[in-house]
Amino acid sequence: MFDEQRPNPDELLASIQKQEAQAERGKLKIFLGMAAGVGKTYAMLLEARQLKAEGIDVVIGYIETHSRRDTELLLGGLELIPRQQVEYRGAWLEEMDLEAVLERRPALVLVDELAHTNAPGSRHAKRHQDVLDILEAGSDVYTTVNVQHFESRADAVREITGITIHETVPDTLLELANDIELIDLTPEELRKRLFEGKVYTPERVNVAADNFFRVGNLTALRMMALRLTAERVDHQLQDYMELKRIAGPWKSGERLMVAIGPGPFSARLIRWTRRMAYNLEAPWLAVFVESSHPLSDEARATVNRHFDLARSLGAEVLTVAGDDVPDTLLHLARRRNITQIIIGKPLTKRRIKLFNRGSYVERLIHDSGDIDVYVVTGDEPSNESSKAALPTLPRIDRHSGWRGYLLAAGAIGLITLADLLIVPIAGYQLVGLTDLLAVLLVAIYLGRGPALLAAVLSALSWNYLFIEPHLTFQISLPQDIALLLLYFVIALFAGNLTARLRIREQQAQYNAERNLALFTLTHETAGAVDMDAVLTTAVEQVGRVFDAEVAVLLPRVGGDGIVAHPSGSLTMDEKEEGVANWVFEHGRVAGRNTDTLPKASARYYPLHTPSGIVGVIGIRRHATERLPFDQESLLETFVGQIALAVEREMLDEAAEQAALLRESERLSAALLNSISHELRTPIASIRGGADSLLQPGTGLGDDARRQLTHDILDASERLNRLVENLLDMSRLESGRLHLKQEWCDVREIIGVAANRLSSCLMERSLTIDSQSDLPLVKLDFVLIEQVLVNLLDNACAYTPPGTHIRIQARELNGWCELTISNDGPPIPTADLERIFDKFYRVPGQVITGTGLGLSISRGLVEAHGGTLTAENQPTGGVRFTLRLPMPDEPPTVREATQ
Amino acid sequence: MSSGARVLVIDDEVQIRRFLRISLEANGYEVHEAAAGLDGISRAAQLRPDLIILDMGLPDIDGLEVLRRLREWTTTPTIILSVRDADDDKVAALDAGADDYLTKPFSLEELMARMRVTQRHALPGSQSHLFKAGDIAVDLSRRLVTRNGEAVKLTPTEYALLRLLIQHAGRVLTHKQILREVWGPEYVEETHYLRVYFAQLRQKLEENPSLPALILTEPGVGYRLAA
Repeated sequence: MFDEQRPNPDELLASIQKQEAQAERGKLKIFLGMAAGVGKTYAMLLEARQLKAEGIDVVIGYIETHSRRDTELLLGGLELIPRQQVEYRGAWLEEMDLEAVLERRPALVLVDELAHTNAPGSRHAKRHQDVLDILEAGSDVYTTVNVQHFESRADAVREITGITIHETVPDTLLELANDIELIDLTPEELRKRLFEGKVYTPERVNVAADNFFRVGNLTALRMMALRLTAERVDHQLQDYMELKRIAGPWKSGERLMVAIGPGPFSARLIRWTRRMAYNLEAPWLAVFVESSHPLSDEARATVNRHFDLARSLGAEVLTVAGDDVPDTLLHLARRRNITQIIIGKPLTKRRIKLFNRGSYVERLIHDSGDIDVYVVTGDEPSNESSKAALPTLPRIDRHSGWRGYLLAAGAIGLITLADLLIVPIAGYQLVGLTDLLAVLLVAIYLGRGPALLAAVLSALSWNYLFIEPHLTFQISLPQDIALLLLYFVIALFAGNLTARLRIREQQAQYNAERNLALFTLTHETAGAVDMDAVLTTAVEQVGRVFDAEVAVLLPRVGGDGIVAHPSGSLTMDEKEEGVANWVFEHGRVAGRNTDTLPKASARYYPLHTPSGIVGVIGIRRHATERLPFDQESLLETFVGQIALAVEREMLDEAAEQAALLRESERLSAALLNSISHELRTPIASIRGGADSLLQPGTGLGDDARRQLTHDILDASERLNRLVENLLDMSRLESGRLHLKQEWCDVREIIGVAANRLSSCLMERSLTIDSQSDLPLVKLDFVLIEQVLVNLLDNACAYTPPGTHIRIQARELNGWCELTISNDGPPIPTADLERIFDKFYRVPGQVITGTGLGLSISRGLVEAHGGTLTAENQPTGGVRFTLRLPMPDEPPTVREATQ
Repeated sequence: MSSGARVLVIDDEVQIRRFLRISLEANGYEVHEAAAGLDGISRAAQLRPDLIILDMGLPDIDGLEVLRRLREWTTTPTIILSVRDADDDKVAALDAGADDYLTKPFSLEELMARMRVTQRHALPGSQSHLFKAGDIAVDLSRRLVTRNGEAVKLTPTEYALLRLLIQHAGRVLTHKQILREVWGPEYVEETHYLRVYFAQLRQKLEENPSLPALILTEPGVGYRLAA
């Protein structure tokens, strides 16, 4: 069937995305070899020269010729980016100058020795990270690497050669590579080259030939390299088939899960799983089950490292809580649709289980149902794994390690002394009970180990000092033997149980604290009203919970890059900002305690959201050591929450902008409506009037002509006023209004305004009542005059002729107060505020103005820092009150001297 | 009337020129037109008009520039007509030597009044030492100010201000011009001096100081004595 041949849409999408990502990114070609000396660099240079000859812009980022003449000869004619000198502990190390390469942006960069570890102080810890940066910048990269450097092969290489490989590269680079060229040589050929001095200098030849370059080793490494290449070819074929919808062995949606712990064996498990996942093309999950037995600091650090390893190999990592490991694993597996579980085989029985329900491997297999379980053999059990059981949750237990045991011994010593005092009165049986009490107390406060010690010590001391015969470990009465044995068992159980209870309680408390912290963060950020509040809360919460200085960096408004938000408590210099920018661009964590730019003083996390990276958060903890992984995951949760809150605010702001835009569009529509009405009315009278005057032979009398001409004049006057109003409005709204504030005499302004409206005021009586010693006020004469004209105009328009208008001016508590009152009809209370809205008109009123005058007036007054309000006077009429601030004393004046 | 007075109208709007020609000719003026700045300058040189009416927005060079070039060689009274109503534009034109400034749209009546004032000042020997407006009389030769025949006591500064306004009666004087004339060039920014002294002057001379009829304020520009 056609349908069955169609690839799964998810796989198709992944295939397309892979292609797209590759289209933007530069192409990576890896020259893979089985060991040093096979001629990788040589092959790379040969190919580069050919490309150069074809006109491609090739530069050398870094080449190590190992003084081999053939190789050196090939360098001629290729552009070389000078290496960077990095000082490290007095020595000068040479590194690839990544900045210069990125600056240069060639089509192709040659970078030798992919697995190289950079000198401390470089941008990245590893050269392969530099390569990723170059690829991301869009340049192609040719690089060389030996098979033993791949993360997943490191174990196998160690087993074969006995040499531990320290410089490793993640296998993900293999997937990234567009092309892998295997530089193959038979082991015999390579050894020949070695003896010819083509690989190492003569003094190193013999050592090398006897160790790494043994034929057996080389054969194994060669096989490994061939297999790696073959696997890769297989994958390319698969990719191709997926893309071309060729029916093939589609993978069945496998999902792998590996259970890891603090043992070193887990690293091997992780690599094993990664190899399997790679071959199955399956996503995989690395899980650590955190039980109520707390981990030691060391064990925690190991789990952290394992998580890092798993992450770098492409796994999703997860911590789940549960005391029943098989149960927890299976539960998670079912929830995540896991098809295969990988666990390590325990080599020795570490614990004598009193109520053994079968080893957890057995139970896991028994209960797994349709999930496959792989049990992988581990290597020798380490001491560390037994340490893992020590009850030392560092945050909780105050007396960890030997101090706890010392205190436990001390406690038993003290209680024994007390027993010596009470034994003559109470008898030796009671001593056992007091000892038991001591054991329980030790269990509560010091944990399980010290409690066990206390049980042993107290049993011994009880026997030695109190049970007949005294001062011997012998016991004469059989019931005393039973008593002591029973005591010992009870003490052991009780101590153990109490300690576990205590730990659980502490863990519950810790979890509660953690949840509370998370809840507080979510709650507070959800309640924050704007971006500033969200960020202030976030900075405060993260700072408090993790004891750190925090900064949030958001994209610059209308520009590139990011800029620190002022709410941050972390001060950043240019370098730190550079790190943050890198994180923003690449979407990866960098800074302190990471592989990228570890010299930074803080660690920077990208704020990831479904819609992309919305910013960066920088965290500088006051403590220098790495966070334990449970806190690290809490921090990641925090960062995730903050990212969501920031995104929400950004969306809110965008929505607000959109709402503003809508509002302004609504206003423009209202404006257009009003304007077209206001414009057409006077235009109609002008046009009509002029038409009539032009009409030949209508025999218009002089009076009629005069009347028509007056109408035209009035209409043009009205048009003029409208245009002035509109211009004022647009000046006000565009924010281009510049106040020309000067010291002015308010009485003078009143006079000018009243003079301007003399025609309207002729029909009404006007009283001006100003304080005679009113000081000068700093304001824009023209604008305030316009406000007064508008208000007087308004008073004229809405009051019948013959009414009274009164203007008052006085100084009141540092404000200049101007009132304009009339005795006309009141404004409905509900409209007192709305009359200042644009185009608002009191319903039922005859329309006379443009509907803009009061709105403009209020805008102008507010631009002065003043207020304009309207009220109905109790005695009748409307009063407008204009208040202008008078913050400064007016300057003095002087007589003219001329 | 002003029979025979020669007026040059420099304006690019043909409607404005036509309407001015019709109205001014009806009032006995001899009207000439120019539609651009440079043409206006050369016509002014040929015609030697008694009065120039100048628009600020001209197609070739700015009206202010035309005014400056005219002032290089002639003191012909010039009235600015412009749609630019910003105070700064008015002040700039007045400071550059314009005799008056009217904002479009304007009433014909207003223009004729301003033209008459401007022409009067331009007439040689027109300055009289006697000034009279309403119940105020000033004899500049005797430094005597009377109101309804009674002497009004003015401080030297007040008198200096009043004398300056009388010398330019009917014309706008910018703040700068007044401050420079009365206080001196270093005081041209101290507009608050004017606020205080004109208030005092109005208190002494105006019938209703709240609604001045004699000493008029030109908002944002300066002062003018009603004439």
